[in-house]
Order: sequence, then structure tokens, then C-alpha cells
Amino acid sequence: MKNLDSKNHVTGKSVYVDDIPVQTGTLSGVILGSPVAHGKILELDISKAESVNGVVQVYTFNDIPGKNQIGGIIEDEPLFAENEVHFIGQPIALIVATSEKIARNALKFIKVEIEELEIITDPREAKEKGHLLIPPRTFKIGNVKNSWSKCDYIFEGKVESGGQEHLYIETQGSYAYPIDNGSIKIHSSTQGATLVQKIVARILDLPMHKIEVDVARIGGGFGGKEDQATPYACMAGLASYLLQKPVKLILHRLDDMLMTGKRHPYSSDFKIGLSKDYKILAYQTCLYQNGGAASDLSPAIMERTLFHSTGAYFIPNTEVTVYSCKTNLPPNTAFRGFGAPQGMFVIESAIAKAACELNISKRLIQERNFLNEGDEFQYGQIAENVNISECYKTSIDKYQIDKIEKEIKDFNSKNTNYKKGMAIMPVCFGISFTKTPMNQARALVHIYQDGSVGISTGGVEMGQGINTKLIQVASKVFSISPKRIKIESTNTTRVANTSPTAASSGADLNGNALRIACNGLLERLKETAAQMLSCKLSQITIKDEVVFKDEVDSKIHWEQLIETAFLDRICLTENGHYVTPVIHFDKTKEKGHPFAYHVYGTAIITVTVDCIRGIYEFNDVKIVHDFGNSMNTAIDNGQVEGGVAQGIGWATIEEVAFSKEGKLLSNSLSTYKVPDIYSVPKNIEITPLKTNGPELALLRSKAIGEPPFMYGIGAYFAITEAIRAFNPNYTLDYDAPLTPEKVLMRLYQK
Amino acid sequence: MISFILNSETINTDSHPGTTLLDFIRYGQNLPGTKIGCREGDCGACTVLEGTLNGDTVKYKSIVSCLTPLGNAHGKHIVTIEGINLKNLSPIQETIVEQSATQCGFCTPGFVMSLTGHGMAEEKTNYQKAIASVSGNICRCTGYKSIEKAAENISELLKNKDIDNPINWLVENKFLPEYFLHISEKLAQIEPMSNDSGLFQIVAGGTDLMVQKPEEIAETNINLFYNRSDLKGINEEKGNIIIGSACNATDIMNSETIQKYFPEIESYFKLISSEPIRNMGTIAGNLANASPISDLSIFFLVLNANIILKESDNTRTIPLKSFFLDYKKLDLKKGEFIESLIVPIPTLNFKFNFEKVSKRTHLDIASVNSAIYLELNKDIIENCSISAGGVGPVPKYLHQISNYLIGKKITNGTIIKANEILQKEITPISDIRGSKQYKRLLLRQLLFAHFIKLFPESISLNELIS
Repeated sequence: MKNLDSKNHVTGKSVYVDDIPVQTGTLSGVILGSPVAHGKILELDISKAESVNGVVQVYTFNDIPGKNQIGGIIEDEPLFAENEVHFIGQPIALIVATSEKIARNALKFIKVEIEELEIITDPREAKEKGHLLIPPRTFKIGNVKNSWSKCDYIFEGKVESGGQEHLYIETQGSYAYPIDNGSIKIHSSTQGATLVQKIVARILDLPMHKIEVDVARIGGGFGGKEDQATPYACMAGLASYLLQKPVKLILHRLDDMLMTGKRHPYSSDFKIGLSKDYKILAYQTCLYQNGGAASDLSPAIMERTLFHSTGAYFIPNTEVTVYSCKTNLPPNTAFRGFGAPQGMFVIESAIAKAACELNISKRLIQERNFLNEGDEFQYGQIAENVNISECYKTSIDKYQIDKIEKEIKDFNSKNTNYKKGMAIMPVCFGISFTKTPMNQARALVHIYQDGSVGISTGGVEMGQGINTKLIQVASKVFSISPKRIKIESTNTTRVANTSPTAASSGADLNGNALRIACNGLLERLKETAAQMLSCKLSQITIKDEVVFKDEVDSKIHWEQLIETAFLDRICLTENGHYVTPVIHFDKTKEKGHPFAYHVYGTAIITVTVDCIRGIYEFNDVKIVHDFGNSMNTAIDNGQVEGGVAQGIGWATIEEVAFSKEGKLLSNSLSTYKVPDIYSVPKNIEITPLKTNGPELALLRSKAIGEPPFMYGIGAYFAITEAIRAFNPNYTLDYDAPLTPEKVLMRLYQK
Repeated sequence: MISFILNSETINTDSHPGTTLLDFIRYGQNLPGTKIGCREGDCGACTVLEGTLNGDTVKYKSIVSCLTPLGNAHGKHIVTIEGINLKNLSPIQETIVEQSATQCGFCTPGFVMSLTGHGMAEEKTNYQKAIASVSGNICRCTGYKSIEKAAENISELLKNKDIDNPINWLVENKFLPEYFLHISEKLAQIEPMSNDSGLFQIVAGGTDLMVQKPEEIAETNINLFYNRSDLKGINEEKGNIIIGSACNATDIMNSETIQKYFPEIESYFKLISSEPIRNMGTIAGNLANASPISDLSIFFLVLNANIILKESDNTRTIPLKSFFLDYKKLDLKKGEFIESLIVPIPTLNFKFNFEKVSKRTHLDIASVNSAIYLELNKDIIENCSISAGGVGPVPKYLHQISNYLIGKKITNGTIIKANEILQKEITPISDIRGSKQYKRLLLRQLLFAHFIKLFPESISLNELIS
């Protein structure tokens, strides 16, 4: 089934926040961000700006009726700066005017005097000086200390990975207006409607029921709208509430890039020990997460780094520590992979270093250390239904790895101007929010008198196709045509207390809640049918919109069944509630069973490096992916391809650059480059691994959003292989993204 | 008064000619299908089509509405996504759906418009051209593979298009609504805008100015040059190629005259921004913007080009080489504008190459770019011109290395020596496009690339770096 939104997308009819027809008198907001990265506010004078013709009001922290606090996990982030500023772009004031242009022009009339304080942008420096967002955490298994003496080879190294701008094409934005009873309705481009509702209520000192948040769809999220859509909804909500007027706040791209957090850069050290036969016996790593100026989701992201720091491998003695460091950058936030890519890049770097020093192929080490059934993760969960070796074996057989390796060797021996490189990237990724309470969802299903169905859940459609998957669930349970089913907007008045659509778990959580609701309705409808046919409920089935009694067509159609049920005063509405079973985690011990299941896969990436110019092209990404039993291959393949492109972007051309003063240098689309149609791999081939899929996945179809992103890490090592083929002096290093600049410098490193 | 046709409606508006077409479409006309992604021409979400009357037919091309001053729409047919919708999906829309080439959908109207524009071109279609048509469209969701498949199928669907009258064919085959058949008559009724002679800020394609100072352009008096027919055309005259200053990069790339002397022009120009930006940005704009990495400046510097500067009835001709005085400083007096670029026709047996390296190969600004022009007598260089961008405050004509190479034999040793001179001639600085060390190394490599490409038999990378 195709993404049901696609017809509206191609005709331009899909409605995003800025497309909602505005009410007469709608005002526009523009934010004044801090011009310095760290300082004390000595003076803030908004009077001149307020007197500009067309400016309705200028808001600062003084105007907040409730708490000036938007922090989620930890309350450490004000909506508007009060006495201090901690990053460039930190909101200080909101100008509300009759047009965006007037508001923007009035920015220069706000007078802010700031005494500059010391600026820290480097996470290691922050740690040295004791600036941590939360205390460090360590996950351990075995005994690393005692293992080094048993290792035949020990290697150490340093790894850097850069940030990444989400670059959802629709920028952050909200439209808020007063509704009846002193309430506010907010249309927000958010992945987390409840979070917006909760924080706006906190800011306005209102009960949550007075804040209605509605999300039709969003123009891309990738994690960037999980927590960070909230401040803009708060500001629009604040102005709308105080003025009792509709207020729209859509960020200009430049403001969006300046003010919002990105993927966390990490700086890491590793030490890896191997036996003579390349078994990894011990692995120790310490990662410094650049959290930015406030916690945001950093603690949770740090946790996922800890969970995934050994990648797809089992290492009997592991010790991994993460420091979440406070710096003067915008608070970094969720981004597809959520800390896992950074951890996996370190273990892959450690293996690459070992392979390079031992002068063997990296895959010799990889294939000897894959996770096996029954192995214990460093967080205590026992690995079940492990498919990593299966994915790897299938990939090297199906794609003929020996042939690929030989072709590359031949090519490199014949060519000087161009060199090829290849890398294999195995992925193991745990599914569930690592914070157990977040693994719950609800679905509200109405069957209308005419047999049509309306569904509300907490899932937000952002292109990942959740709405289509939800229709598939309902269509399957009821055995009716998808045409009868409509997915409503995500709205806090219909489905409350939702988790954000994140952690790849949107379909699993909301789809299972929907399945439960639909099954509840189906039971009642079967009862009605049994009454109509004077038989037992167990004799009834519904197939293709027709009621069957003992497998015989009863001639009772879906519409007739619904009408009868309605007249019988049967409740045609149901609420489904789902909680992921089994999972738990004990933070005091750092052990538990945090994941419902794991997703596995292997990618073989090949690249050609132009050794004259230092530029590169990816030839192939050949993947074997463990989809479970994919419920929608078109959507799932799209997630794989999109994830791979984004992952390669992170590893190669996407370079978030800040100056020492904390100023974003890659501050626009002309200086921050994401993959375009010419820069993606020439060929992406996806082979599904044949499995039944786990019971805890929706219809046994595994979560798909994040895992494929990490295939992109292979791009880094494919390029370094090509560089090594050209320049024997090149000493392998680990500093992502590997931009054309870095490639050229390494090709000619002496 | 600005008059144009927006989809099927005639628009007459007193809005400021420097406001963006994008805002006019979305907020003035309530057509929200055209999206705002970046407001700097780098994402393509706001792509629309611009139709220009040519005889009794209308020629269409894609443009980004975020950088189009509203005044540039005067006398044109502007088509948004709403303007191509039929009762059923067009085959282009249908193919995108079929290939799942849309996910979040926010970039999709832009892709649809680019591909529709591709279909409307009066030329045979193929896969490469279909892909080129979306070279200015960024999608963050799909990874483009599904879009490539859609583009492939779309170029197949357009295989039998009537290239003499594509619009009729597209209407017949339900790619476009019927109203397209009557646009030429409607356009013919719009009077051309009178040329303003005030000494105002000149705005041409808008691709630089509308990024740099959109607020100012939207408020002050401006002088629109984009549609100045007197400044268009590419002609061969008395041993020169005369390029009108309002010609855009696409005009140059597609000019038969240019192609005659530079058969590889397309491969060079593909490295310059994207198709919609090339459709808009003019040669004069690119020169007058005075960016040190201006691709067209680098290209024409080595061709010994002159520019004609005009001020009311006075004209003067200066070498392009002396036009760039210092960072963003030009030999251009108040009131003067660039009328045309005069490029001497190269002699027989000349060699030319253009190189550009940027972080992303396409739709990006160069870290370093360079061009070379050589005249040879057997393997002796008789004449040599080399230019480079990104290595100094201006697009640089490299006098020293160019002079050095004259009279030299083409050997690896010569090139190595030439690089030493080159390195003394440049003064790159570290910025977001790269560190100065990188730019030095990169220009050396581009110098090598010129010679490796032009003389593969005698020059090799191995020898150059050994």
C-alpha cells in the first residue's frame, strides 16, 4: 500500500502549519536571540521596539505568567533568558507585530547589553572545568581491568564525530489562537503533541486541559521536533494567550539553524584488546558528549550511547563511560539514532585501527565478534533472536564480497587518479524508549453509522508513513477496505498523555494500541452479527467487508452490520491502550531489559575517491536488512534509503561548524550541505532477511526509522580504505565528517 | 503596475516589485502549495515555472520563487503546483506516487514543478535531463533513489512528446490543464514594462541580491534588468562572441555559438549552482556580485574577455581582468551598468578546461575553482591564461603563472615548477569553504587536473607528485 498522503503531497494540497488558513487579525512573531554565547544580561530595553508602528507587543521572561522553564528531563532551560545567556541565538524576547516583516525590522530597536563571560565549546574542556549536565554514567560487563594482560594486541585511539543539522525542509513553527473558555489551541510542527501541551501549560500556569495541541503532519522531523518544537509553540501560545489574538511563529531558516540544537558531537577515547585469533577480549571507551547549554534530551541520548557502544558485537569485558558536557552551544537534541551512531562510530574506529595495525581486513575482526544468541549485553539484557551473523553471511554471499574485494584491488592496481574503497557496516539497534514509562500509547477509534472509520492516535505523521501503517492495521483487523478508514490529526483532546513519535517506535506503540481498540470493536460487532444470524460468536468471521457464518457468506455486509449495531445501541467507539510488555531497566544497577527487540542488518559500501580533487562518489550500498515481516515494503525501503543517505551525509559532507566564540558558521543552506540527488550512492540494493519477525513488533514488522541511518557509518571507512590505497603514509584517523577537504589533506599527508 | 498570469488568472498588482514572488503567491494569493524551505534558492521547495512569450508559443523554465523579485514576473506566465492540477493526477504526479518518491511531502511540490518544467521543454527528454531538472531540489527524507526511479519513468513517459509543440502534446496527454493552450494570447495582451532610467539598485535574476538583502530590495526603488530584451542575446560578431548582460547561465550553456567553441560547456556549467538558479542568474549579476569564487568570472577571465560598461549614452570597454579591484570592489562608476561581455573567438587548436571543487559537487559554492586557456604549437605553449577563485579577495587572473608557462614545453617538470610560482601568487584565507592550507593544495591539484585532463598522454599524477 502506498503512503496514503502521497496524492495530496504531489498536488500540493497537504496542509502544514504555515498553510492553515489564518484568522483575520493574525499576528506574527519574530524572536530576538542572544548575540553572544555566554554572558550576563546587564540591560534589556524593549521600549523602543514596542513603539515601532505595527509592533503590538514585545515579550520577555517578565511576561510569563507561569514558570519560565521548558526543560523536559531536567528543568534547566528557560523559555526566555533571564539574567544570563548561554548560547548564541538563545531567545531573549519575542516581538509580536502585524506582519513578520515589521517584527523583524523591529529587532534592531531592542537594546541588550551583555557582559561577556567565558565561552566553552569543547566538551573535554567543559568536563575538565566541571561543567557537566548530569553526572557521568558507566555500563560494565566482565572485568576490563583484568583482561588487558590476557590480550595479545592492544590499541588505543581518539575519535571525533561531528554534529548534524536536521534540516527538516519545513522549519519549526506554530500557530496559536484563543478558543472558548479561556483555552488556547496550538497547531505545532511537533513530534510530541503532549510535550507541547504540558510545557505551554507550565509557561501559562494553566491546567493542561486548557491547551489543545493539534498536528496534522510535519514536514520532516528526524528528532529535531521531538523536544525542540516546544519553545516556539510556547512563544506563540504565550502571545496568543496574553493578547487573546491569533499569533503565528514560523522560524526563518536562518533562525532555525541558529537557535535549534543538532546531533551531539562526541569526542571519545578507546582502548581495545584482542586475542591472537582476533577475538575482542576487552573494550574500554570514554565518550564526551557535547550537550550544549541545557540538558534537553542529552541524558537520554547519553543512555543510548551507553547501550549501543559495542555496536553489533559481543565483547565479554566492556566498560563504557559517557560524560554529558555543558557547553555554550545551542542545546543539542534528538536526531535519528539518538546517540547510538556516535557510540557505534567509536567501536568501528577501534576495530579499524586494530585491523590497520595488524594489516588485515577489518571484516576479519568484525565477523569473529558478532553478537550471538544468549550473549549478555553490557546492560544486562540477554540477546534473543539475534540475526546479525545471518545478515552478514547473507550479504557476503549474495553480494559476493570476494568478487567486490578483488574488483577493488584490481581497480586500484590499475588506476592512480581514482581509488576505490569498501567497508562493511553491521548494525544492531534496540527498539523501545529507554525510559520505560514512555512505552505506552493509546488509540481512539470511531466507527460512524455509515461504516466509515476515524482513527486518532498519538502518532505524528512526518513522512515515515505511520498513518498508512495505521490504516493497514485497522483494515486488517476489521477486514475492510482502507478507503473506509481515515486517520485524524494528532490532537491532545482526542488522545491524551502521548509519548512523542520517536525512537522508531511510533508504529509499534500506536499501531498496537489501535490493534487493541479495533479488536475490542470487532468483538462487539461479531456479537451483533451472531445475534443477527442467531449463532454463536465463535462461528462469526468478517472477510472483505462481509460477515461469514461458519465460513459461509451470510450476505450481511459491513455497512448493514454497522447500522444494525448502531440501532442496537452498541458502542461503536473504542479506546485501545498498549504498553510494551517485558521491558524494564534499573538505573541504580545499570542493568535490565530495556528493549522489546533488536533490529539487525549489514551494509557493504563502496566508494570511488578522485585522488586528484579529493572528492568522492559512492558506487554501491548493498544491504541485508532484518525487517522482520515487513508490513509495507514500499514505506520500509524508503526509510532504509533515506536513512542511508542521511547517515552518509553525517559521515561525509554534513559539517556543523562553530567558531571558538560559539558562533554557528554553517548557518545557512549555502554553507551547510546535505546530500543532493547527485551525491547519493549510485545504487542502493536492499535484501530483506527472511525471518518471521518478533511478536512485539507491530504485525511482526520491525521498527525501521533509525537503524538504517547507521549503515552510513560505513561510508567513512570506505573512504579511508581508498585513501590508504593511494597514500601509504596516511595514518588512519577517526574524525567525522570526512569532507572533501579532509580527504584531500589525507591523500597528500606526508 | 505589475501584470502577469498566475496559473489561469491575470494578475495586476501594485505590490512592490522587489517583494518576493514566493510571498505574493503564498500570502497574497493564498496558494500554499508552494513551500518555503530556505529563502535562498538552495532547497527548491518554492520552485515554480516561468513562461515567456516567444512568437506565438510560450517557453517554460523552472525558477525559485523565493529569489524572484515580483517585478520579474511582469509579462510572464507563472505556474504553481495549483496551476497544473487536473481532476486526476498528471502522469508525472502519478509516477511520483507510484514510486513512493514522496515521504513528508514538504519538498514534493517543488519536485513536481521541476519535473513538469522538464516535460515542457522544447527538446527531447532523457533520464539525465530529468535528473538535472531536480538538481535544485533537496529532499531530506527519501535518499532520492525513489525520485531517480520516478524521473526515469517520467522521461520514458515523455519519450513521444512533440518537441515542436510540447504544450499541446502535454495538454492532450493530460499532463497539463487545457488553459495552457490559451496562455500565449493572454500574454500578448500585457504591455512590456518601461525601462526605468533612475539611478537605482539594479536587480537582474535576483539570485545574489535577494539572498544578501531581501528586506532592502523589497523597500527601495529598484531597476529591473531581468527582462531587458535589449540586453539579451548571444551573437558572433567580427571575431567576437557578444553576450548580452541579461543572459543567464542557461542561455550561455545552451547557446549554439558557445557550444561551437566549447563543446563541453554543459559539463562545466553543471557544476554551477542548479538548473533553476542557472535559469535566473545573469552573467552581469555574477560578475557584478564580485564574489571571489564567482564561477562565471573565473570562466571568462581566461578567455581574455572585455566588458562594455554603459552610463546613459556613454560606454567604455575594459578588460574583465581589470574589473575586479579588491574584495567586492569593482571598476564600476555610479550609474554605470554592464551592457555586454565581449569574448574573442578562440583561435584554432586552443585548449580549455574548467575545474571546480566544493563540499558538495553540485549546487554548492566552490572552495576553489579554476579555468585554463592554452594555445599550442605542437607541445610548446604559445599562449596561456589561468584563473582561480577562492584564493584571494577577487576572482583572480593569475598573471605570473600564465606568463611563466608561455614558451614552455608541456612536461610534468614544467607543471611542477609552475605550481611553485602559483603558490606565491595566491593569498587564500581560511573560511567556511576550507582552510587556507587546503585551498593551496586544492588549487595545486586543480592545476594538475587541468593538465592531466588536457594532456593525458604526457602528464600524469604519479609524476607530478613524485
